[in-house]
Amino acid sequence: MAHFDTTTNAGQILAAASGGRRRRGDRIFSNAAVVAAVTILALLVGVAVFLVTEGFPALTASSSELPKGESFISYVAPLAFGTCLAGVLAMIIAVPLAIAVALFITHIAPARIAMTLGYLVDLLAAIPSIIYGLWGIFVLGPAAVPVMKWLEEKLGFLPIFEGPASITGRTMLVVGLVLAVMILPIVSAVAREVFSQTPRKLQEGAQALGATRWEMIRTTVLPFGKSSVISGAMLGLGRALGETMAVAIILSVSGGVTFNLISQANPSTIAANVALNFPESSGLAINALIATGLVLFAITLATNFIARMIIARSEVR
Amino acid sequence: MEGRKLRGMFGSQTKPETEEGQNTMSQAGPVTETSSQAPGTVSARRAKTLEAKGVNLYYGDFHAVENVTMTIEPNKVTALIGSSGCGKTTFLRSLNRMHELTPGASVKGDIYLDGEDIYGGGVDPVAVRRLVGMVFQQPNPFPTMSIYDNVAAGLNFNAGKVSKGDKDAVVEKSLRGAHLWDEVKDRLDRPGSGLSGGQQQRLCIARATAVSPEVLLMDEPCSALDPVATLAIEDLIAELKKEYTIAIVTHNMQQAARASDNTAFFNLDESGKPGHLVEIGTTEDIFTRPKQKETEDYVSGRFG
Repeated sequence: MAHFDTTTNAGQILAAASGGRRRRGDRIFSNAAVVAAVTILALLVGVAVFLVTEGFPALTASSSELPKGESFISYVAPLAFGTCLAGVLAMIIAVPLAIAVALFITHIAPARIAMTLGYLVDLLAAIPSIIYGLWGIFVLGPAAVPVMKWLEEKLGFLPIFEGPASITGRTMLVVGLVLAVMILPIVSAVAREVFSQTPRKLQEGAQALGATRWEMIRTTVLPFGKSSVISGAMLGLGRALGETMAVAIILSVSGGVTFNLISQANPSTIAANVALNFPESSGLAINALIATGLVLFAITLATNFIARMIIARSEVR
Repeated sequence: MEGRKLRGMFGSQTKPETEEGQNTMSQAGPVTETSSQAPGTVSARRAKTLEAKGVNLYYGDFHAVENVTMTIEPNKVTALIGSSGCGKTTFLRSLNRMHELTPGASVKGDIYLDGEDIYGGGVDPVAVRRLVGMVFQQPNPFPTMSIYDNVAAGLNFNAGKVSKGDKDAVVEKSLRGAHLWDEVKDRLDRPGSGLSGGQQQRLCIARATAVSPEVLLMDEPCSALDPVATLAIEDLIAELKKEYTIAIVTHNMQQAARASDNTAFFNLDESGKPGHLVEIGTTEDIFTRPKQKETEDYVSGRFG
């Protein structure tokens, strides 16, 4: 315990420590942080402004002026649908798998296996998307053909497996699988990180009540990691929605809206559509493509917003 | 009420019941009535005895606790005292097989719960932990759960499933037993993490008793609490021993003197050496007429 002999003494020390000017290091750090934050915001606004100004001519043009002679809404709607379908499909496949992989690595596998598996999953993120596209069209697609045939025969009564099954494998289902593999590393990395941080006192609390390993995971690890896993899934969804090359290479496109996942006729996605059509476009057609980009931007923003709402609601009880 | 028996939970291993009277608590049939009380009743019952025989505990190669042989008597509070690092907590955690959850940790020796070896072949550690509950140093209610769900947590596990109506009764009984009911009965659906530290610890005690164990282990349950909350827990412990066998690790000598019937003193010769049991006796004997010089030095505050 420090004792100050006189109040003046204490006053002087306090004044020197905190009064007057802030320390230089603090000032530099706080300024740097502000600059970084403003830059992010400026980038976001800049992209939005670009999309709106360049897309505006297409938004206001009449149907007859636009490339395909249809209104912009009816042009973009199937693309937006295809984008969301591919993204949701990838999430449905990837998220449970990513959670399972993360739980296996953090709570089930012996240390050495866990580490190796962790590296391997991380490596998946290092593969360029063009490679995924080639793998999808040359390997996974053909391999999926008999499976899709089987799905059509056995589960054809479901609209999603209505068929006729594609004989090339360039279907929405294969795209969903490839996208799932692509987003698996990011989702499982986030899940792994948060699962491994579950406080030990909570895990032991559950175990001391006679919880089995799975019951312990269910009562402590999963609730603890929930909001982070949702965030991670949204990061993955963002990547899936915006993925261009893999989808452009694999998917056989006919336009139109369908939930049929295994046929040759599929809606394209916004990003793939831009990539495929941009080289041959000029004038208003380019504006139309940029306007579809604006729609993609809005979709991504909306999903992130919804995810944040879900997280906020699950945290404040 | 299955789950009373260690072996009952995994079928085939049922060992032929012995004739000694001390084993009756573990038998199925009419005798279980004594242990499976109807919710709401407060009569005293005979809990189970824990006996450690030649227990050695290790973390990897490190020998943490050496050759402990002692008996934790039913319906009594046994305090484990001793300086930091002498293995009290490690020993406590071996009594419900929590010790082995630490990677690399291992156990040698035998621990018997009313004559049944809890480290015997084929004994499921999960079954042991249902019979030997634990309260931790830091209150650890499940943060995402309501007060009600925290108490009912153990009842939702497969081994202890009960119906919805029974669950309400058990939750109320456990909260009353933990002297917490009146404080929380109007906000059972609020998060358990919103309670004060002392209330959280009582919530954890309610959670531990809800699965009706035989033994309660407490690892410095009051070290994070203020004196008033500490006193509340000590009163509660005195109440709980009517139904349970209790072992409590404490650094607080007054607490050991106030709250326990028996006291076990642990010590270690020097840092890096394994901790061992110096002596165990009635709390009065340990504090007034210890047999060992070490014990006398410690309880009179001359070292530690």
